[in-house]
Amino acid sequence: MTDGSPTAAAPASGGPDPGLQEVTGPSALGGGWRRSRDLLYLIAVNDFKKTYFDTVLGYVWSLFRPLILFAVLLFVFTQIFRIGDDVPHYPVMLLFNIVVFTFFQEATLAAVTSVVAQEGVVRKTQFPRLVIPLAVVLTALFNFGVNLVVVLVFLLASGVPVEWTWLFFPFIVAILTVITVAVSLLVSALFVRFRDVGIIWGVLATALFYATPVLYPIEVVPERFHEIVLINPLTPIFIELRHLVIDNSAPTALDAAGGWLGLLPAFLITVALCLIAAKVFSREAPRIAEEL
Amino acid sequence: MITDPLVETQTRDLSANPVVISVEGLKKSFNIPLHRVESFKERTVHPLRKTEYRELKALDGIDFEVRKGEFFGIVGRNGSGKSTLLKILASIYRADAGSVKMAGRLAPFIELGVGFNHDLTAHDNVIMNGVMMGLSRQEAAARLDRVVEFAELDDFKELKLKNYSSGMLVRLAFSLMIQADADIMLIDEVLAVGDASFQQKCADVFNRMRDAGKTIVLVTHDMAAVESFCDRAMLIEGGHIVEAGEPRAVARAYLKLNFDAETPRESTLGFHEEGEIEDDFIPGVDIQARLIDSWLENEEGKRVTNVEIGDPLRLNVQIQALRDLNRPLFTFQINDAKHTQVTGFNQTLEVDGPGDVIREGERVTISGEVVNRLTPGRYLLTCWVNRNRESSERVIQGIKLFEFVVYGMKRTPGLVEAEADLDVKVSLEDD
Ligand SMILES: Nc1ncnc2c1ncn2[C@@H]1O[C@H](COP(=O)(O)OP(=O)(O)O)[C@@H](O)[C@H]1O
Ligand SMILES: [Mg+2]
Repeated sequence: MTDGSPTAAAPASGGPDPGLQEVTGPSALGGGWRRSRDLLYLIAVNDFKKTYFDTVLGYVWSLFRPLILFAVLLFVFTQIFRIGDDVPHYPVMLLFNIVVFTFFQEATLAAVTSVVAQEGVVRKTQFPRLVIPLAVVLTALFNFGVNLVVVLVFLLASGVPVEWTWLFFPFIVAILTVITVAVSLLVSALFVRFRDVGIIWGVLATALFYATPVLYPIEVVPERFHEIVLINPLTPIFIELRHLVIDNSAPTALDAAGGWLGLLPAFLITVALCLIAAKVFSREAPRIAEEL
Repeated sequence: MITDPLVETQTRDLSANPVVISVEGLKKSFNIPLHRVESFKERTVHPLRKTEYRELKALDGIDFEVRKGEFFGIVGRNGSGKSTLLKILASIYRADAGSVKMAGRLAPFIELGVGFNHDLTAHDNVIMNGVMMGLSRQEAAARLDRVVEFAELDDFKELKLKNYSSGMLVRLAFSLMIQADADIMLIDEVLAVGDASFQQKCADVFNRMRDAGKTIVLVTHDMAAVESFCDRAMLIEGGHIVEAGEPRAVARAYLKLNFDAETPRESTLGFHEEGEIEDDFIPGVDIQARLIDSWLENEEGKRVTNVEIGDPLRLNVQIQALRDLNRPLFTFQINDAKHTQVTGFNQTLEVDGPGDVIREGERVTISGEVVNRLTPGRYLLTCWVNRNRESSERVIQGIKLFEFVVYGMKRTPGLVEAEADLDVKVSLEDD
């Protein structure tokens, strides 16, 4: 208006509409809770349907990867390295851990490309960007739930006693889900600008698989390395899950860490990860559409 | 777009309606990297090189208001920032500065789409889109039938969109937008695609929306549509508003802008350079004249290369005689883009008798107005110089003068405009 260029102000008379509201542009959240929830649900269901109904074998595929991995690793660690020999219920623990880790890995790896994959929608519609990576985690949770049924059958068949401590299982999974969401937000937002994130996260996720007590119980790790292994926020989760679900005589995370102080690094890293992820995602969200 | 350009829009007085879109001082720039650095590898190879950016001001201070029930047109050339503006209104891009206010529910239709996931069926996309627009899942499901029916895609609703043709996609998207039952619709270039029947359908819908008092912001390149649908319009160029108000004036400004920006040489029709000598002049004869300058003027005396339909051609030609020209005759000829001669006219010196001579080296200036009945299009003007016009010694030389464009909104068929003033009377057979 200052440079005297024409403006298309409406001819004066009727004033502004009382409902006139500031338009603030795209964001990570916002636009109504119900809508976000419905969108989240729809995107997750559509993804789920895609894996289950678009392929001939459907559900089998989602179990296929963890099962193959399980079979190979079981052979390696019971016939070649014999780590599992002294571990009670080793095969069940291995399958259980692999299924849990698969949830984390599947969700975060799918999250990397998720925002870019929804390009068509992101470029043309306004909706809270957060629902995209969240939907990916939700889909992975569906899969996780279905796979757990198989694990349960296995658990009971191999004579693992049903314990009241199983009731804590959902709480531990909730913590794992929080970490999974944080990583998913981070990688999905960064991938829009830096495509290398896909490769980097692929390598990191594999490294984490070995650095976390998934294949081995914590007690086979030499004592002096415990501190290092426990920096990884996933470590206490897997230790605790084993204690609660598979074997009540196995050490708890607290035992392994030798007190609360030993768990502090993992806790701080988790908090930092969540804060950074939230910050990065809300910073990137408004610009996702234009940077695709 | 099938619209009758001769039907005038009945002007509506909407000035008592409240303002439902208000945009003030809106700015948006994009950083365009000079070297595209997208990967860490490039960063590792040139770790110290800072990515250099060029700032592209897509919108540079836009102010406008739209009242409830208005049909507001936005026109501008490609890259002028129209889609960027709509994306900011639709909360897809975030503005750098300025304020945007809006009242009511919004349905955007940006760059030919409403945001589809091509791996899903039309059915799933309709539901998803409904939820994105703020409907509940039940409401979204309830409108599925209406959407596919309007799009004439009943038989394809369980087909994945990746198997749709582009025409089907646009129909589905447009149909979704209409059935969203929003208060404000943002429509970007829907008229550019689709077959005649789809376009007619759009036109019907627009008229229906107008009557229903919907607020519509329409981006289009179709000036006939702007004139027939819009209550007001604005022209943006380089991120600025350059004209706003009456749709007719805006449409005219747009056409003018479009043709002014084109340099005739770039889009030459395969004619020679200006001033060049026609191939078919009679050989063995000295060249008799040389073009010094030639141009068209507008009313203010400024040189132009375009003329609005119906405006006289204000012609100026300066020629230098390269030998004595006795009783010369200057014949002008206008050819259209298909090289068809459309018309011609000629001129002698305005003296009779022995004075009717141009000496070698002398300059002649020919200027004046020519009534223009040309239909919109591109034309070439040539001048043919005739010596001793009545004698057998008819030596002719042709000179290309220039190309020019006639522009306008009317779509007259054929080469020239007819001026008709007819009466139509009905009478009984044996009156
Ligand atoms: N996401 C983006 N990133 C970089 N430049 C963009 C982006 N979107 C639009 N532009 C640039 O902004 C300008 C205006 O574009 P646009 O609004 O699409 O024009 P129009 O719709 O009028 O043809 C163009 O120069 C275009 O290249
Ligand atoms: Mg555009």
